[in-house]
Amino acid sequence: MATRNKFNIDFLSKRKLAMSFSLLLVVISLSSLAIRGLSFGIDFTGGTLVEVSYQETVAIEDVRGTLSAEGFTDAIVQYFGTAKEVMIRVPLEGEEMGAQVSEKIMLALHNEQDELVTDVNPVSKEQTCSINGQRQVCQVQMRRVEFVGPQVGDELANQGGLAMLYALFGILAYVAFRFEWRFAVGSVIALVHDVVITLGVFSVFQMEFTLTVLAALLAVIGYSLNDTIVVFDRIRENFRKLRKETPQAIMNRSINQTLPRTILTSLTTLLVLISLFFFGGDIIHNFSVALILGVVIGTYSSIFIASPSVLMLGISRENLLQVKQEGGEQKTTAP
Amino acid sequence: MNKYPLWKYLIILAVVIPGFLYALPNLYGEDPALQISATRSAVIDASTEQQIKSALTDSGISFHGVEREESGIQLRFKNTDDQLKAKEVVENELGEKYTVALNLVPATPAWMDLFDARPMYLGLDLRGGVHFLMEVDIDGAISNTEKRLVSDLRSGMREKKIRYLSVTSSRDSGIQVVFPDQERLAQGLITVEDDFTSLSAKETERDGKPALILHLTEAAKREIKDTSVKQNMTALRNRINELGVAEPIVQQQGDNRIVVQLPGIQDTARAKEIIGRTATLEIMMVDEKNSGNIQAALEGRVPVGSRLYRDRRNAPILLKKGIIYSGNNIIDASAGIDSRNGSSVVHITLDARGASINQRITGDNIGNRMAVVYVEQKSSIKKDDQGNVVVDENGRPVKVKSRIEEVITAPVIRDQLGKRFQIEGLDSIKEARDLSLLLRAGALAAPIEIVEERTIGPSLGKENIRTGFLSVMYGLTAVLIFMLFYYRVFGIVADIALVLNLVLMVAVLSLFQATLTLPGVAGILLTVGMAVDANVLIFERIKEELRNGVTPQAAIHAGYDKALSTIVDANITTLIAAIVLFNFGTGPIKGFAITLSIGILTSMFTSIMVSRGIINLIYGGRQVKKLAI
Repeated sequence: MATRNKFNIDFLSKRKLAMSFSLLLVVISLSSLAIRGLSFGIDFTGGTLVEVSYQETVAIEDVRGTLSAEGFTDAIVQYFGTAKEVMIRVPLEGEEMGAQVSEKIMLALHNEQDELVTDVNPVSKEQTCSINGQRQVCQVQMRRVEFVGPQVGDELANQGGLAMLYALFGILAYVAFRFEWRFAVGSVIALVHDVVITLGVFSVFQMEFTLTVLAALLAVIGYSLNDTIVVFDRIRENFRKLRKETPQAIMNRSINQTLPRTILTSLTTLLVLISLFFFGGDIIHNFSVALILGVVIGTYSSIFIASPSVLMLGISRENLLQVKQEGGEQKTTAP
Repeated sequence: MNKYPLWKYLIILAVVIPGFLYALPNLYGEDPALQISATRSAVIDASTEQQIKSALTDSGISFHGVEREESGIQLRFKNTDDQLKAKEVVENELGEKYTVALNLVPATPAWMDLFDARPMYLGLDLRGGVHFLMEVDIDGAISNTEKRLVSDLRSGMREKKIRYLSVTSSRDSGIQVVFPDQERLAQGLITVEDDFTSLSAKETERDGKPALILHLTEAAKREIKDTSVKQNMTALRNRINELGVAEPIVQQQGDNRIVVQLPGIQDTARAKEIIGRTATLEIMMVDEKNSGNIQAALEGRVPVGSRLYRDRRNAPILLKKGIIYSGNNIIDASAGIDSRNGSSVVHITLDARGASINQRITGDNIGNRMAVVYVEQKSSIKKDDQGNVVVDENGRPVKVKSRIEEVITAPVIRDQLGKRFQIEGLDSIKEARDLSLLLRAGALAAPIEIVEERTIGPSLGKENIRTGFLSVMYGLTAVLIFMLFYYRVFGIVADIALVLNLVLMVAVLSLFQATLTLPGVAGILLTVGMAVDANVLIFERIKEELRNGVTPQAAIHAGYDKALSTIVDANITTLIAAIVLFNFGTGPIKGFAITLSIGILTSMFTSIMVSRGIINLIYGGRQVKKLAI
């Protein structure tokens, strides 16, 4: 029976073009990763990060000067969000260990303003200081301190890499079990493609790669796969239903049938991610960037990479019919 | 067609009603509260409660919701002003034996407690606070034990009148005992085998003299490792109690690490100082015989059996090697003012072992000086002569541990001392308080080092809650509007399912008291975006069926039916990623994995079962010509 489709685009015939395009992106990403590398955050490199906010705008040079005078000559100082907020990063190679570094930094910044921290206002949650014997809101407010020692940094990096591998293997196994090995390989090719290009963007633009970005990347794997599975599911269904058509035609039809859903879901997901990007605060910024990138690339790959890969691996109707027979047998034994 | 049996609706209600119930506590705010707990030597009973109540009533501070808890007592106040005033009043009334902590407690009505309904448990990045990961230095603990054994060996052999030439220990070669002859060595060996079961002995020779090489047995080392982590956790808990933090967490992580979380702490610098300090006291005797010739010691000719120390004014002082007793033997310490001269002192109470040693030593040494040495472990990165960082074969900086040792005071023993005595020579009352706090809370059994710290200032925590809430609200609204316009009646159904999904997620998070972090909020938001996926899949399928000329009722049926396996497959694979994330992630990342997993499960329920239920109510069992989809 013929199904009337809203869309009828011949995606598969453009697979060479899509593959070349993706290959180009992957090559660019890999070379950037090899040459420039990732701008790892202190989660992985170890070091100290201090985020402070000022009551009034502050010049980066002033903060840098204050810190150099205290001996933090290799501190990286930059604005974080606004010109009132400053982020300071100090690499691990200090004489002192982390816990003391952040304290020294805060002390130096407070001293610069001639203030002494007394306590925190329980309602406004602002730190109060005594300036010339008067209690008032501190000029410099400690917002965040992170310190990661060298041993922990290495562990987090190792764990992150392992997590990525385990997730990919888990998915490979599940898809191979539910579908067929060619589908499993196809989906993993698409996932690796998504992850490599997202990492590539982070490398090219030297955006900070932190633990939360890594988490976002794992969520991207989950999301992109979601998309791919929906297409695969339809391909399997159509293989069983439409016996006369070629694999390429079946795949094309399946992609077109699921296209409205693919676009709609990507759209709603992007809606919430854009909300996260704009309203979620600075800490979550790179996290939402990674997810937005991942969703866009993942949507593209589930259409242009995953299915063509399966086709190129030589899928045929017989591969799936076997699965169907097994499924059929199970059904008859079930009550 | 398309009618649900009654029991399916009942199942939906059975999930949704408790869902609302357990999500409800999150709508109530928080009450400022005080948590009063007793330190080691005090208890909280009905009379303490009465004492607190009357003190507050006398000061005209109103309070409510007095609750006795396992660890103490809790009082609620109308506002933070009252709370702060009350803190002062209660602290003055009860004194040093109790700690008073400021806290915010959920203002849920009492009847909700019957169902154990509580608001979500916010992580440190949302409420502000400190997270420490500390590593216990097992090697340090072992070498501490060896040092103590050296001193015990000396006194053990002295008691049995076994003559020895020297007892020394070094990190690589264990403890060496050199004897004048074979006969003494045999006696020494018996002593070791009888009294020092944690050591294994090997006979050898040292400069032509018979000697014993002693090593800690593997079992003893394992024991040291276990107990030092456990003891450090106890010591950390005690210190934190002294700080007055509500709901602190102290947990072992892995083999030799301890996680410390102090939510809502205001003064982070002080917390770090108190927790991170690995200070202890060591009591030693002053080498009176050689003190006259301190100049020789300064030039490097330190007499055998003594060591050169510095006091607080950097003046040199010679102490006899061998710790008489240490901070471990102190069971209580409190700061005070000496009534005679108004200087700051610390009153010390010793345990039985410490007391008996103290009695014996001070009795034998009247007129001599006894030194109180402050010892702190510090670790820093090793540098070579040019000031470059030294790295090991893995490219990591090499760390060196240094011991800061300072003689606080070395008073002349005027009288035989026993269980109680006082330490003088402190600069200020604050110093006396800090020292007594450290001593009271117990010394750390092994050196400890902060290997990871994440501090969120109170203002940032508050802001994170706001931004998290805003982004969820805006994201949710955008999706709700989009679905409404795109699918009309079906869109309303999907929207109901989506909001319900959010309610259920909040309910599950509240019920299990899983920690909600900022990435966790992002996870909630992401599932909001993805949860509609199931409904989109179903609705697109229904549209397809309609295009194929199927009747509306059959299209609904087929749409739900055919989309089911796709939804399950797609969600299970996402769940795999979430579970991997949970197992490998730490802290905030775990929060993301938790909300993502919960969201996947609840969204399957709402977008399949609940949405079908509503669709069936609207369209089921009647003639439908057209679907508003």
